[in-house]
Order: sequence, then structure tokens, then C-alpha cells
Amino acid sequence: MSAREKFGLVLIAVALIALPFVLASAGTAWVRITNFAVLFVLLSLGLNIVVGFAGLLDLGYVAFFAVGAYVYALLASPHFGLHLPFWVILPIGATVACIAGVILGAPTLRLRGDYLAIVTLGFGEIVRIFMNNLSSPVNLTNGPKGINRIDPFQIGPLNFSASDTIGALTFSGPIKYYYFLLLLLLVVIVINRRLQDSRIGRAWVAIREDEIAAKASGINTRNIKLLAFAMGASFGGTAGGMFAAIQGFVSPESFVLNESIMVLAMVVLGGMGNIWGVIAGAMLLSFVPELLRYTVEPVQRALFGKLLVDPEVLRMLVFGAALVLTMRFRPAGLWPETRHRREMSENRA
Amino acid sequence: MNTVLLEARGIGKRFGGVQALKDVSLTIKSGEIYGLIGPNGAGKTTLFNVFTGLYPRDSGEVQLAGTALDLASPHAVAAAGIARTFQNIRLFANMTALENVMVGRHVRTRAGVFGAILRTRAERTEEAAIRRRAEELLHYVGIVDRAGDLARQLSYGDQRRLEIARALATDPKLLALDEPAAGMNATETAALRSLIEGLRRDGLTVLLIEHDVKLVMGLCDRVAVLDYGEKIAEDVPEAVRANPKVIEAYLGTSAA
Repeated sequence: MSAREKFGLVLIAVALIALPFVLASAGTAWVRITNFAVLFVLLSLGLNIVVGFAGLLDLGYVAFFAVGAYVYALLASPHFGLHLPFWVILPIGATVACIAGVILGAPTLRLRGDYLAIVTLGFGEIVRIFMNNLSSPVNLTNGPKGINRIDPFQIGPLNFSASDTIGALTFSGPIKYYYFLLLLLLVVIVINRRLQDSRIGRAWVAIREDEIAAKASGINTRNIKLLAFAMGASFGGTAGGMFAAIQGFVSPESFVLNESIMVLAMVVLGGMGNIWGVIAGAMLLSFVPELLRYTVEPVQRALFGKLLVDPEVLRMLVFGAALVLTMRFRPAGLWPETRHRREMSENRA
Repeated sequence: MNTVLLEARGIGKRFGGVQALKDVSLTIKSGEIYGLIGPNGAGKTTLFNVFTGLYPRDSGEVQLAGTALDLASPHAVAAAGIARTFQNIRLFANMTALENVMVGRHVRTRAGVFGAILRTRAERTEEAAIRRRAEELLHYVGIVDRAGDLARQLSYGDQRRLEIARALATDPKLLALDEPAAGMNATETAALRSLIEGLRRDGLTVLLIEHDVKLVMGLCDRVAVLDYGEKIAEDVPEAVRANPKVIEAYLGTSAA
């Protein structure tokens, strides 16, 4: 690594560490928005393993997010009276989601493309409907009412739902979560990169490129595909646990099909298979709608004196337009993986 | 060099109403180049696909070096020691030439998810060995200077070579080549021929499907002929060339 690159990295690190205090000066809401953006980055990176590396189109990814969130909610809330610490629950959530990933993956091994998408979509809905209905005869999930009063993170005396003041700096709850998420993100990026350049990562790409040739070259495609589902799902489960803790509340309506599609859109918009592209895509699709939410209304009131277009409507419009434009002008995503870019440009020629 | 490497007995395969293979038996000896010829649609590639586990067979069994192959799973066949190339080249088009060959090492290496995530010493050593072996093989087939190019950017002849290098990466006992000379010009065919002769010199057993009769007759130690899914001859090239059944299969009977 050159001195210049090192300097750049240090600069980025400093910026990321200082960021929440800058945001907090604009309102704690912005720190929360950033946290959710990072959460979506985590989800996208997990989905990227399944869709980007292994080429398996998964439309039910939010199911694993839901599994992780409910595992956290059940093990750290008054619902069952269990209050396990987060560092016990997060790995449990990841493991349960991982198992769910294998259970979903197993029956879909022979499917590809559209058919796989339909089955995974169904699985995502099944999980949500389970959450909705598992309130009787035994009240497991509390049904559509969801689970309330979920414990926040607690590290020693540090409570993530309260503020601590150290010197001149006030560490609010969201700021603490932000640092934790940043740490988690770093770990996930390192895992992703290492997997990509490994024997397993090559096997994933080989299956994406030509499954028959991969089989004939000695790759056990069944196990390697299940591994992709399992890895992607455990990232989703971890993100779900974080979501439950940050939110303090989970209910089935957080895990609708739209969320799966949103995460997939982040992966595709950013550039399938390229970690940095996926991060950029997730950030963009998380922040732009929030920016609109905060700017559209005041701008309209200032210009016309009244609200003409609801920000929510405009949000979907901009979102749709962005996707259409991306597909038209950069079909491989904003920041594609090198291999993918060549593939797409060849098809267009 | 006369031990039997591969023995197939009573292979049958039917696609709906078409009997693609009918009770085909053959033996391939260690160290020989065994040719498989026959008119279009005779079942040569079908037999290949049965041997390598890509098609489920209806009957028969295949032994490699004395042990029965698990024909239900292609990766097990590769692990047992049969590697193949495809008639219509099947490379990982958007991976580099080097990566293609590295994928071939998959079946002989072990590193898993945790090794990769933790970058253990064992994983790094193995990864370096994979890379080294892949480079050697690219050198062996003569395209080491294209190592960093995407497979799809290689010339047709080089793609054939890359496919052979990927197959060799699995450390096969038997290398099965499905029409390697198809679509090649004379120069490329000559180069391919010396490559296959080199493989034999290095002790590998080769099963070769080929339409280029000159290539087959010049290269193979023994040749089998398939016609309508049945083996009609199996002998040294000269004897096969003189066999009236073979002549009939290729040219038809005279209109009496």
C-alpha cells in the first residue's frame, strides 16, 4: 500500500469516526437514518454473496432479516422474560438464520433464474405470515402486534439507549449504535473480500458462469450453493438482530416483500458482485429518500405556499426513475464488478 | 502399460423413444490414447456424458482402476479421476484464464469458509500452491502469457487449450476430450496433436472423440466405432479402417 493510499484510508477513518457528531448537530434523527443506512449496507452485502457471487436470484432475503430480528426480540424482551446479553443473541440469530438459509436453499437447488426467484419470494412471504400467525395456540411471536420493549445493547455500564457524556462529547444511544455498526460493517467487508478471493469464492463464480462445467470440474454444486445461501442468510440474521435492538420493537410488517426488493435493488443499482458498488448502492437508496423527505416539503411551502406533491409520492417516483435510468445507461450497475461489466457491454454491442 | 484403467459394461441410455446407447462395453488401458468415432448422432457425446455423470444412465456400470464410479454425481466422477472437455467449449467466460484453471484445482484442495475468512496459514499455503499449479498448467498447454485475460477474450484455439488445462488441474487418471479439433484450422490441429502426444508421453490416458479421421487414425492406439448407439468395432486403427461394418456405417451399402 502506498503512502498516499494509507493517508487516504486514515482520512476516511477519521471522517467516519467524526461523522455522527457532525450529523448530531443537524439532529439525532440523522444519526438514526445513518444507522439504518448502514444496516441496509450489511443486508446488501449479505445478499450480494447469493446474487452477486453465486448468481442465485433471491427475492425472499428479508426472511433472514426477520428471523434474526425475532430471535433477538424473543431472547431479550419481557415477552418470554428472557434477557440474554446481545453478544450471546447475535451469534444465535446468525446461526438460526443460517439454518433457515439452508432449509430454503435445499429445495431450490435445481432451480435457476425466474423459477428460483419465485420460490424464494414465496419463502419470504411464508416467514412473514408465520410471524403474523404464531400467536396461538402458543403465543410465540405475539402476532401482528409484534414484540415490544426489546432490550437495547448493554456493554458493562454502557447502556445503548441512554446518553453518556465523556468530557465535552455527548454519546447518545444512536451514536453508540453507529460505532458498533461501523465495526460490524468492517468485519463484514473483510469477510466478503476474503471469501471472494478464496477457493469457495471462485467456486461460486464458476457456478454463476456455467453450472455444468463447474460440476464437471469437480465442484459439488449442491454444497457450494447451500453455502452461499447459508453465508448470505447469516449476514441477514445478524443485521436483523441489530435492527431489533436499535428499534426496540419488531412486528411482521417490517418484513414485507418490498424490503426484499429494496435490498435487491441496492445490490443491482450499485453493481452486482462488487463490494464497493453494493455499498454505494445501499447508501444511495437509503439516503436519497430521506433527503427528499426533509427537503421537499419546505421547498414547496417556500415556493408555492402550500404542499402540492406529497414527499412519499415523490420518493417512489424518484426511486423508480433512478432504477429505470440505471438499467438504461448503466445496466451492470453504477460501480460494477469488472467481470460483470465486460459481460454486459458485450451483450449490448 | 497394459493394465485396464476404465471398464464400461452394458451401458444403455434411452431418450424417450430413441435408444441412444445400446449395451455398450469398452475397456481403456492405462497410458493409451483411445479413440471414439462414429457418424453424427451415433451416441459418442452421450456416452461421454454418461461416463462423466452428466446424464443418468439406464443400465450398465463403469469401473475406473478397479472401483465402480458413482455415476450419479459428476463431482465424484471428477474426484475419482475422469476430467473432460466439452464439444462446444464451456469455460467460465468472465473469469481469467488463470482463475479457470484454479477452479479445476477445487476438487484436490480443501480450504473452507473459515479458512478463507481467517486466512489461516494452511489456507494461504494451499492458495499459493493452487496458483503455482495453475500457472504451470497454463505454461504446459502454452498459453501462460494469457493468464490474466478473461477466458472469453482468448482465441478459439487458446480456449480449447485452456479447457484442457482446467481439466488437467483436477489431476485426472483419464482425460476425455470431446471433439477437441472441431473448428480448428490445420495449424491449430497440428499443435493440438503434439499437445495430446505430449500428454501420452507424460503417462496420461486419453479418451478422444473426434471427427477428424486423419487425426484419430494417426494419434490413437485403439479406436472404437459407434453406430446408432451400438459399438460395431474396437481395434487398432488399421484394422478399424478395413472393417466392412465401419465402411458401411460411414458410406452406406452399395445400391445393389
